[in-house]
Amino acid sequence: MGKILLEMKNITKTFPGVKALDNVNLQVEEGEIHALVGENGAGKSTLMNVLSGIYPAGTYEGDIIYDGEICTFHDIKDSEAKGIIIIHQELALVPYMTIGENMFLGNERGKKYAINWDETYELAAKYIRQVGLTESARTFIKDIGVGKQQLVEIAKALAKNAKLLILDEPTSSLNEADSKALLDLLLKFKSEGLTSIIISHKLNEVAYVADKITVIRDGATIETLDKQQDDISEDRIIRGMVGRELTDRFPKREGVTIGDVNMEVKNWNVYHPLYNERKVVDNVSIKVRKGEVVGIAGLMGAGRTELAMSVFGKSYGTKISGQLFLNGEEVHLKNVRDAIHHKLAYVTEDRKGNGLILSNSIKINTSLANLEGVSSRSVIDSDKEYAVAEEYRQKLRTKCPTVEQNVGNLSGGNQQKVLLSKWMFADPDILILDEPTRGIDVGAKYEIYCIINDLAAAGKSVIMISSELPEVLGMSDRIYVMNEGRIVTELDGQEATQEKIMGSILKSSSSKADA
Amino acid sequence: MGKVKESFQKYTMIFVLILVLAFFAWGTGGKILYPQNVNNLISQNAYVFVLASGMLLCILTGGNIDLSVGSVVCFVGAMAGKFMEEMKMNPVIAVLIALIIGAAIGAWQAFWIAYVRIPPFIVTLAGMLMFRGLSNVALKGKTLPIKSAGFVRFFGGGANCYIPDFIGGPEGLNMVALLAGGIASLIFVIITVRGMQKRAKSGYDTAGNAGVLVRTIAIVAVVMAVSYKLAQYKGIPTSLVLVAIVVIVYGYLTSKTTTGRYFYAVGGNEKAAALSGINTNRVYFIAYTNMGFLAGLAGLMTIARMTSAQPTYGQNYEMDAIGSCFIGGASAYGGVGTIPGVIVGAVLMGLINQGMSIMGTDQNMQKVVKGAVLLAAVIFDVVSKRKSFIAKA
Repeated sequence: MGKILLEMKNITKTFPGVKALDNVNLQVEEGEIHALVGENGAGKSTLMNVLSGIYPAGTYEGDIIYDGEICTFHDIKDSEAKGIIIIHQELALVPYMTIGENMFLGNERGKKYAINWDETYELAAKYIRQVGLTESARTFIKDIGVGKQQLVEIAKALAKNAKLLILDEPTSSLNEADSKALLDLLLKFKSEGLTSIIISHKLNEVAYVADKITVIRDGATIETLDKQQDDISEDRIIRGMVGRELTDRFPKREGVTIGDVNMEVKNWNVYHPLYNERKVVDNVSIKVRKGEVVGIAGLMGAGRTELAMSVFGKSYGTKISGQLFLNGEEVHLKNVRDAIHHKLAYVTEDRKGNGLILSNSIKINTSLANLEGVSSRSVIDSDKEYAVAEEYRQKLRTKCPTVEQNVGNLSGGNQQKVLLSKWMFADPDILILDEPTRGIDVGAKYEIYCIINDLAAAGKSVIMISSELPEVLGMSDRIYVMNEGRIVTELDGQEATQEKIMGSILKSSSSKADA
Repeated sequence: MGKVKESFQKYTMIFVLILVLAFFAWGTGGKILYPQNVNNLISQNAYVFVLASGMLLCILTGGNIDLSVGSVVCFVGAMAGKFMEEMKMNPVIAVLIALIIGAAIGAWQAFWIAYVRIPPFIVTLAGMLMFRGLSNVALKGKTLPIKSAGFVRFFGGGANCYIPDFIGGPEGLNMVALLAGGIASLIFVIITVRGMQKRAKSGYDTAGNAGVLVRTIAIVAVVMAVSYKLAQYKGIPTSLVLVAIVVIVYGYLTSKTTTGRYFYAVGGNEKAAALSGINTNRVYFIAYTNMGFLAGLAGLMTIARMTSAQPTYGQNYEMDAIGSCFIGGASAYGGVGTIPGVIVGAVLMGLINQGMSIMGTDQNMQKVVKGAVLLAAVIFDVVSKRKSFIAKA
């Protein structure tokens, strides 16, 4: 048993009307990687905000004992002075500043009135080498990928002399290869004595990297599992998180007959909108049948979203070529409106950024893609609109007081349901769902899967783009694997395995590298 | 308790308006409520209502403003003046051409904003300079008197710009004004009641009916009070008719039509709007073209009221319009704001102008107070919707 670096004792934090944390206890040993898991809203982020001083001392009850002494942090500067550094899920980097400028933002080298840029870049270079980046410290953040940006965040933490590193969903926007690299980096730092706390929804990653796992549910610590002694399989962790055995993470689809081919894309090519020499979708041909759920697996940046958006009324890319057939007839969709009229729907990946109007109500969001459905001669019937929103609220079991509630106040899972309502109300035959369960908790995921099954049962075609392999495997009748803009394999849903999918991706990448 | 607090937040500006009215009623010894002053409040600020209705659409698209409004008002006024007085054109044709010029100027700016995506601030700043300069060129820097009596009267200028009392009531009480107020109230009540009935018949939620009732009574009371005051003076000013048409059309457009909904969608989340099949370029184009058209209308109203065209007219009009929108609860980030809110904002601005003029406050101090009120109003609005006074860093 090593030295306890951090102990959080009986932490209770109440917000008006809600007890977010209720007597939470957490013990972190020096030099370990400690994972914090729990459903969305379980209180993980609140706990970390208490630890880092975002919720200052006095606004919560209980003690933080760090390095043997009771700490009262009044703001994030206090906790950073002690070496507690938190990296939030949403990266806090300024795109039009260099790596070096970003790393020392708020922590500038030199004097207050004269920043020492030489020292800044010298130090920045040293730290970014440690995290394995080969870029110059003078590279702009906007010019590096999101995986590398995450590494810059870690380098920034190291520059602040981090002793305890807290990572909130560090891999949520990374592909599998980048995620693996990041986790390996954490393991390397661990061997050098750094302690980390990692919050993650991805249980396979947690099992890979963590020494101990603390499960939080409804604002209370449920248990702490030790890799050395306990079973830390995904099922075991899920049981702790949801408080019940999820007999099946993917609901069965029964009695669905797969019909004729509904949509077919042939020899589809798309170029990048800005760098129009770069081909992002390369000669792709896919088809979907009625009542079928087709998964498109691949790493981030494989061209899946680009494929979907370019098909959906040319909403992405330039120099689009290829043929699109709907119900056997070739169609040319000029814009999104055209696509919607041809009964196509694209449920966007980034629900906050591209999908919903957060400042508007559930009602207004639900009708947005099909205002014709609630209006006559372009005059909106607000009563009918209310009724429609209410109907979908009940159908999808969206949790909200009324449909007049602003979407911005809902949880991720409920926002996703509103987004689905919006597209279901547009009455499509073919739905393209892009990462439909990203960032939502296990229970809500299950409900989304049920909705997908209902859609298939109603004879709709569903194309599901997902970076979570278990989800693709669990839900799809057929799976296309995409890599670097091309379809590299097509697999039957029954036969496919994680190994087969990853294998085909890696093989296609390496064969290209050889050539 | 929760419900009271909620409606207080929703109607914050109305409470502020009542407070300000009470203050000036006390400060001017009741003079501000004299029929003539009520009349002047409307006539003098008619252009603000017109411009603010258009400005709201621009602001809705994402907090974008149109700085060129004042200059366009002046330029269109100047052109209309030249058509009628120098070229001796028929006023009807002159008015039509002037409105087309306004819309064309709007479309010119809208093209750069919507399709080339030049920031609105820059395009309209350029427009502000260009059209101010062109007004000077067109008028050769001089004042052009407007003599066409019919035109002046129709657009709310001159001494006799009132709807005549063809009923002929008692001396000093214009029956047409009273009747119009009564009819307007009646139509409003009928629409409200029928909406309620329809909701009840279709089995929709009728829980909000009590609030609707209170609101209806309040609005009817205000309409009747204003029409009584107008009846005691000379009746309904023609400018009020124009304002009422603009406000009703734009109120309906923004709240009831799909086109109106697009403005909110684009301002709320442009990407989401685009991926829902909304032509976002077109939404910007409509907003700014329409602003040009309404600036043209305000230009006609301005030269009619002043019975002349001058190269200095319309200065700072854009600021009055923008101020009214923000006081009326429009969001500086877009996607939030209503025409009723804008009306309240415009009335508040007008009331402060009027009140201070009657109290004999120094012109420069009036500006200070107006600025302070704009800031205070928005601070109050923002802070009352938040828990703490200082925003979280």
